[in-house]
Amino acid sequence: MLKSTGVPEREQLDAVTPPASRRSKGPVAMFECFERIPCDPCYHACKHGAVKEFLDICDVPEVDFERCTGCGLCVVACPGLAIFILDETPSDHAVVGLPYEMLPVPEPGQEVTLLDREGRELGKGEVSQVSRPRVGSGTLLVKLKIPKEMVQDVRSFRLERGTP
Amino acid sequence: MFRTELAVVGAGPAGLSAALAASECGVDTLIVDNGSTPGGQLVKQTHKFFGSKAEHAGTRGIHIARLLAGELQRSPQVEYWSESTALGYYEDQVLLVEREGRAHAVHCDALVVATGAAERHMVFPGNDLPGVYGAGAVQTLMNVHGVKPGERVLIVGAGNIGLIVSYQLLQAGVRVAAVVEASRYIGGYAVHASKLRRLSVPILTSHTVKEAHGHEQVERATVWQIDETFTGVPGTEIEFEVDVICLAVGLSPVTDLLCQIGCKMKYVPELGGYVPIRNENMQTTRSEVFVAGDASGVEEGSSAMLTGRLAGYAAAAYLGKCPDFQNKRAECQRALDALRAGPSGQKVRAGLSVVVSMEAGTC
Repeated sequence: MLKSTGVPEREQLDAVTPPASRRSKGPVAMFECFERIPCDPCYHACKHGAVKEFLDICDVPEVDFERCTGCGLCVVACPGLAIFILDETPSDHAVVGLPYEMLPVPEPGQEVTLLDREGRELGKGEVSQVSRPRVGSGTLLVKLKIPKEMVQDVRSFRLERGTP
Repeated sequence: MFRTELAVVGAGPAGLSAALAASECGVDTLIVDNGSTPGGQLVKQTHKFFGSKAEHAGTRGIHIARLLAGELQRSPQVEYWSESTALGYYEDQVLLVEREGRAHAVHCDALVVATGAAERHMVFPGNDLPGVYGAGAVQTLMNVHGVKPGERVLIVGAGNIGLIVSYQLLQAGVRVAAVVEASRYIGGYAVHASKLRRLSVPILTSHTVKEAHGHEQVERATVWQIDETFTGVPGTEIEFEVDVICLAVGLSPVTDLLCQIGCKMKYVPELGGYVPIRNENMQTTRSEVFVAGDASGVEEGSSAMLTGRLAGYAAAAYLGKCPDFQNKRAECQRALDALRAGPSGQKVRAGLSVVVSMEAGTC
């Protein structure tokens, strides 16, 4: 279970996965935030009203996927690095957006090793975009081109050299 | 003799917040701190804070330190003595301070003690070898001085500090062999644990360090599984080639000054050890002495800022300078209650229930 392994269970993930109907329309955020802890920056970061206001600061975020534009502002704001952007609209690949706080900063076009929630290698992907939003505190949003079938599994990556 | 209305010992999140709150009420304040820059532990917290936006959630600790230090500089009523150590506080309301090799007597009408917490150590063979560090020392080396503590680290303790320091080590390009945790569960936030797992760091619950090996320094660590009685299980040993063993096994409030003053203390395991009995305004059994932050019970940075602010306003009210105290108090208390709500605040709530008492003074 999550509190003994650090890895969320399938049922937990299913409960927070944006519906397929929404995922087919364009990029959307997936909040992998399962624990009641005092934290609310995602609510304040969202400019589209997609994160419902917290009545209790320990509430887990409630997301209106129809309002979410997949912009990624919440990804770089989240102190827990627990939000990811999924884009399944390209025909021959998917794009996953990840928070990134390591050095060196990857370059678009660079090949990376894709990792799952347990840090296991899934294969190769390619950096498609690296952005540092003006708001936030330095966390980068890195978008990776990945095989379509891996969109629910890729949650991290390793550069060919230089990263742990 | 130096005279001030309020003296604050400690310039961490709690002390700075106390001084800023008191000065906002027009109280002349002196902060005494043994560090060289204001911020206390904030100066090594490179991660983004949790909590609410009002307490700088989403902002990195190092940036919160700069924000508070900036406010401090803009407050003409606050004087700040760095590299100064409070030695004792006496009957005639004199705080003795060592500064630049000399003892200074400071007379104050009220005192806020915000001395923070100290790391716990752990007993195992080889724990005296160079390379066995506290997590705070690792953060100081790495995040304050830019020095890598080693190349490959074993982390002991999966509370928030152990998990956060592991992540910061990875950011510094140091390898983390594993995080071991004696309890069956990860004590820190799940999101911190998930961050590490994604980067291929194993977290072994129900495991602890059995022994450190090495000649001149740590070269290897033996880890083993422990049963429900926290006894090692022979045959489950795992060897890790590491040059650093980083202990993140908890903190204890630093309360020497409060004990010396004669404040009534109580041993509260949920708050990390001996803490002063106080009322809901952070006022101790000595009426002009207030406590704030981890010295009042180990929590985290956001609650330290809030208990600091509360203690600062309460000290100002005690000095007759905070006419709006009831409202300000209620505001701080509301924010604290929110932070301490939920499962992660359960331990702190249990601890506070036995130490916040009307035995302490009323201001």
